[in-house]
Amino acid sequence: MKLRNFAVAALSALVLALPADMADAKKVKGEVTNFDFSFQGLTGTYDRNQLQRGLQVYHEVCSSCHGLEYVAFRTLSDRNGPELPDDQMRAFADMYEVWDDELRDWRPATGPDHFPESQFEGAPDLSLMTKARAGFSGPYGLGINQLMKGIGGPEYIASFLLGYTGEEDFQAGSMFYYNRAYGDWVSMAPVLFDDMVFYEDGTPATEEQMALDVAAFLTWTAEPKMVERKHAGFVGVIFLSVLAALLYLTNKQLWAPIKRAAKKD
Amino acid sequence: MSGIPHDHYEPKSNAEKYIHRRLPIVGLIYDTIMLPTPKNLNWMWIWGIVLMLCLVLQIVTGIVLAMHYTPHVDHAFASVEHIMRNVNGGHMLRYLHQNGSMLFFFAVYLHMFRSMYYGSYKAPREITWIIGMLIYLAMMATAFMGYVLPWGQMSFWGATVITGLFGAVPGIGDMLQTWLLGGPAVDNAALNRFFSLHYLLPFVILGLSIVHIWAFHTTGNNNPTGVEVRRTSKEEAEKDTLPFWPYFVIKDLFALVVILAIFWALVGFMPNFLGHTDNYIEANPLVTPPEIVPEWYFLPFYAILRAFTSDVWIVIAVNWLSFGIIDATFFGVLAMFGSIFVWALLPWVDTSSVRSGRYRPMFKWWFWLFIINFVVLTWAGAMPAEGIYTTISLIGTTYWFAYFLVILPLLGVLEKPLPQPATIEEDFKASLKSKSDNDPKGPNAEPIPAE
Repeated sequence: MKLRNFAVAALSALVLALPADMADAKKVKGEVTNFDFSFQGLTGTYDRNQLQRGLQVYHEVCSSCHGLEYVAFRTLSDRNGPELPDDQMRAFADMYEVWDDELRDWRPATGPDHFPESQFEGAPDLSLMTKARAGFSGPYGLGINQLMKGIGGPEYIASFLLGYTGEEDFQAGSMFYYNRAYGDWVSMAPVLFDDMVFYEDGTPATEEQMALDVAAFLTWTAEPKMVERKHAGFVGVIFLSVLAALLYLTNKQLWAPIKRAAKKD
Repeated sequence: MSGIPHDHYEPKSNAEKYIHRRLPIVGLIYDTIMLPTPKNLNWMWIWGIVLMLCLVLQIVTGIVLAMHYTPHVDHAFASVEHIMRNVNGGHMLRYLHQNGSMLFFFAVYLHMFRSMYYGSYKAPREITWIIGMLIYLAMMATAFMGYVLPWGQMSFWGATVITGLFGAVPGIGDMLQTWLLGGPAVDNAALNRFFSLHYLLPFVILGLSIVHIWAFHTTGNNNPTGVEVRRTSKEEAEKDTLPFWPYFVIKDLFALVVILAIFWALVGFMPNFLGHTDNYIEANPLVTPPEIVPEWYFLPFYAILRAFTSDVWIVIAVNWLSFGIIDATFFGVLAMFGSIFVWALLPWVDTSSVRSGRYRPMFKWWFWLFIINFVVLTWAGAMPAEGIYTTISLIGTTYWFAYFLVILPLLGVLEKPLPQPATIEEDFKASLKSKSDNDPKGPNAEPIPAE
């Protein structure tokens, strides 16, 4: 009886948690493909080679409009990231220019500098885009899906890059393009075409491959500590479970004489 | 401290006597943790400890976060990203703090529902209940202002909508809103004062929590039967109670660790599940998001706020009667604050002499309907304010007020309560026997009938 009350109460309160997620789900109105990524699930980690390929796509394609203002070049060498060797990271940073307040001039970027901001107003910064476009992951509202497949941001990015139908519309002096993933007309033109970049590791640069690689890279820029976080999650849950088991036994033993005495008379 | 007779601290050594004569702090701690606690408390009595932990967790993580956060419109969003990327363990601190607020509200709602079901708010525990409601209000204010600090889109627009509610007050609304925000719109002044108050209020909550605990240590805990502990002698009281330490400390710790394990999994594996994605976009006063939704724990009240549109007859009537002073928006604001106010009135609107819902056959149904209604309002609050959703919100709001102002007062008169056990001891034994006999009703057959 007591336990049933408790179960019902706990369950109804758990239901409280669902609508917040359902609200998010409405945001993505277009079609999003559920791609598989290496970093999904409880133990998923970033694929270093994929992040490096994604970095290349960002550098050669996206960066002409979009910034990554919250990402420091030095983090490209971090563990569980693209893991560029230090000298490569510095050489990479050197290709970007940043404004130096002390010199009052532009200078080549170094490790501690951040990627530049977006080049113009209409292009949003991509640092956090995979977290700002979350919400997709199978049947909406069930946290279990998010637990197994992630928040759905990278799926959206990849679907968006692959979602152009080829329809174009010229309105008020600007060109608009229909995008299936967005479910509407967008001002960004399709940007990916087969073999537009050359991957050093020999991976064929198909449109889909590039879209997935850059989506993976942008997931890392949004959540660079994901692997550490999941690790902390495992350690914490294991420790707390052991502690819970010990406390359960302690509690049982502590109450045993009280309950025995109560049952006797 | 409590009215239940029990052993008190006796200083033994000279050192203990020396301290006790000058500052009886050991005695205070002893009496607090040796509080005689009803033996039959069930697992719904664990949320207090969970809430205590939430408060400590929020204060500790919050203080460290404040060391790295910059309360300025140009730097706030970036400083949160700095915490997420550069501060040692900063990503865990922030996710713990963010999800900690959710655990806080999750626990507080279950704590309140428990109080409502078992009648813990009834005499002589009205002051405990009122202080609890004050804590809840302070929690809402703290959570709301904390949500503004990351300066994301939902922070900004949430703050704009909620402070706009004060702007709906007739006559002085605009002045009031400007005074609250420190300017004509949500901007740097507002962010700074929200940060200041977000740091202050948790300590107010801490103070209120101590008074809350003091209050129920004076009256003693309620329990699932609602029957009072026998107080005529220490021997009799001991048949009904056990000291809080170690029996309930260990029990509560076990429950706490189970809940923490689930909480830790949420933080480790899906920390953004309950947040809104738009808050990862920096605040932009020029771009209104397609939908402005508060965090889930505010949704029932958000639904009540938006339920009253200008075509509802009661809004039209009130508008006409008040010569147009009270419009639909202000009516919604009044309804929202009113819904919390009637909740606080609970000890005085419930006319039944029986405490525990266990012995109130009709009350049970209305109570569970209240819980379902709460969930429905939460859901309706997340939906757009149009069509069927406002109708559902309106029905839910009507039930909310009816529950407190009509149903509870009437039930005390109409309902015929079931017989209650004479003592807590009897209930404790019965619950153990029923478990071994596998009889769900238990041998409650010959209790003394209720008056």
